[in-house]
Amino acid sequence: MAKLVKTEEEVMLADMARGFLDEAAPVGHLRALRDTGQTHDPALWAEMANMGWAGVLVPEAQGGSDMGHAAAGVLAGEMGRTLTLSPFLSTAVIAATALRHVAGDRAGAALQAIAAGQRTYALAVDEGTKHAPEASQMAAHKVGNGFRLNGAKTFVVDGGNADRLLVLARAEEGLTLFDLPADRAGIDRTGTAMIDSRDSARVDFTEVEATGDDVLGTVGDAMSVLTPALQAGQAALAAEATGLAAGAFGMTVDYLKERKQFGVPIGAFQALQHRAAHLWCETEVTASAILNAGRMLDEDPENATLAVSLAVSLAKARANQTAKLAVIEGVQMHGGIGMTDAFDMGFYMKRARVAAEWLGDYGYHAERVAQARGF
Amino acid sequence: MQFCIAEQPQDVGEASLHDITDPGEFRSALRVWLEENCPEEMRDGAGDEASICWGGKNWAFASDAQRQWLNRCASEGLTVPTWPRAYGGAGLDRAREKIFHAEMRRINARAPLQSFGIWMLGPALLHFGTEEQKLHYLPPIARGEVRWCPGYSEPGAGSDLASLQTRCEDKGDHWLVNGQKVWTSYADRADWIFALVRTDRDAPKHKGISFVLLDMESEGVSTRPIRLISGASPFCETFFDNVQVPKEQVVGEVNRGWDVAKYLLTHERQMISGGAGGLTGGGRALGAILSEDAGGEMDTVLRADAMRAEVDTLAIGLTLERYKDQAEAGQGAGDASAMLKYMGTELNKQRFELLMSSGGSDALEWDGPLGSRPADWLRTKANSIEGGTSEVMLSIVAKRVLGLPG
Repeated sequence: MAKLVKTEEEVMLADMARGFLDEAAPVGHLRALRDTGQTHDPALWAEMANMGWAGVLVPEAQGGSDMGHAAAGVLAGEMGRTLTLSPFLSTAVIAATALRHVAGDRAGAALQAIAAGQRTYALAVDEGTKHAPEASQMAAHKVGNGFRLNGAKTFVVDGGNADRLLVLARAEEGLTLFDLPADRAGIDRTGTAMIDSRDSARVDFTEVEATGDDVLGTVGDAMSVLTPALQAGQAALAAEATGLAAGAFGMTVDYLKERKQFGVPIGAFQALQHRAAHLWCETEVTASAILNAGRMLDEDPENATLAVSLAVSLAKARANQTAKLAVIEGVQMHGGIGMTDAFDMGFYMKRARVAAEWLGDYGYHAERVAQARGF
Repeated sequence: MQFCIAEQPQDVGEASLHDITDPGEFRSALRVWLEENCPEEMRDGAGDEASICWGGKNWAFASDAQRQWLNRCASEGLTVPTWPRAYGGAGLDRAREKIFHAEMRRINARAPLQSFGIWMLGPALLHFGTEEQKLHYLPPIARGEVRWCPGYSEPGAGSDLASLQTRCEDKGDHWLVNGQKVWTSYADRADWIFALVRTDRDAPKHKGISFVLLDMESEGVSTRPIRLISGASPFCETFFDNVQVPKEQVVGEVNRGWDVAKYLLTHERQMISGGAGGLTGGGRALGAILSEDAGGEMDTVLRADAMRAEVDTLAIGLTLERYKDQAEAGQGAGDASAMLKYMGTELNKQRFELLMSSGGSDALEWDGPLGSRPADWLRTKANSIEGGTSEVMLSIVAKRVLGLPG
């Protein structure tokens, strides 16, 4: 049983990441990108790749740093704190985990390209407004030795900039996962202007040709590759949201100590002290669920057990709820200034909402917790 | 014919569990031991007030099974698994303690013994007591032979505990105690009380307090049970009228009792937050109980509430585990234990609201189809008051953890 205490390595990694992000990608960086209409910073991603972040889940044999899921959570958490925009979750966590569950030279080469920061991915699974991969209707018709894909995917996070797409489609044998270059003929990507100022796209597939080589894993058995990838992504996204909550909370507590009304710092008022204290308690409890999910994923690399699914959904459910509370309370305790675009709290609020929706909202994950707990 | 030295037969059954340091071997041996030693009647996972074994000089065991279970665990040090062997424990490290609790949950075993001696006095003595005090007081707690109660609050000292006035005067060869305590848990059935008393009336309020141990059979001690809204009387008023106390019965330094009290309160907070209440996960899911009550069909609102409560229960359980792991790694919870207490008790109240809801009219009958459920529900309302109110906990977090002014 691994301990629910951060290891020395994890503490060092967090400190190092924090130092780097405060310098290279503070909230102002996201603001600058938004103001210039950009949703990707290739130079920043190259630096992250140099530090081993892109290869956090890539085996050393493929040039990765192979630090594991708990470490990926540490990095995601720090990126959440500063709202850093990067292809980390889609590429380094989700795609890398999927590719690790597939044997073969192509997957090995893909992992190598991810670790080197030379290839980015986006996950195209959902078709409606809610996360429901198993409800995918997009068709993969067999044509000769290959397939022809028709359909549409929504809320493809990082889908506008990604080099490749992991696409879930329904073949005769069942759900099948394809790994396709984003510029293949018949793929049409439409960027959506998201509230969190990040990359997301609607992707239409019209008579897109795919070969057997494009299938990740086995035809009709997408879930054995996709489930671990989704779980890794959900755990890391939960870590990001929890880091986001900590960032919003930190700003709020600082403000309570600085801002004076009635001649005293507003943090001296018990009404605000108790709101802030309650919020801190919630973030502490959620931090336990995050650490636990990372540990469980690292202990069970096949990610197959019910215990892992429970740990991940618990983390995502708690993180969604805590991040929401942190930003709502953040704005309220800042008062009017919290409502202004000039102030950063709004960025936290908008990202919290997107992070809560992506890869399953509170209801989705609470339902999974309930099922795992037998009701 | 070759002469060979016969190998010593290895009788695993004879080796004591606490001697096994390898976690895997410990788990296997513990499983065998539990299978052989935990009576069937003690495997119902019951944790309600009526099924608790409190021990003590006047304890009437509810069954032979309860007696056997206590004695068997005590002989292996498993009533207080982490206490050192010399004081009646099993000396388990954190890894084996986790295994112990997991295996107990696996067979749904009841706790063999629960007491304020285990939760509160024991940790305080282990930290502040002299070697003599530890050897004298701890083993009888571990064996369930002496039952303790806490003497903290007074009629005029609730949330502002440090303003307590019970007087303790130095009479040369003994202390003389006069005053009144309130909310003394089961004082009418306790053998001894650990109490905070004022030994210096002139010092600032936190600096004139001492931590004393009193025999409830001393002349001048009397108790009066307080009837609560649940109909039960788990608390008493306790009066001290010229009670003589031997000099060696002060724990820690005279006038430094507040340090002991604070240390002990952090343990109490962790205990109330769920460590002793079966909140730490692994047990039966709340939702499963609610669903069963509702005949397998929870209405939409109840099911949603059950899911939220389940998510929070598991996360708070993990947080208790995390804080224990941190304590073992040398990072004490300190003031953050206020968070555990606040979150755990507020959740417990919520859980019992759901249990009342799922029970419908059955839950409204005293000793009806759901047994003690209504009394247990009412009892939980004290969780967020005793050991420091939720509001006091939030103020501790705000000021001492977050550093807010005032």
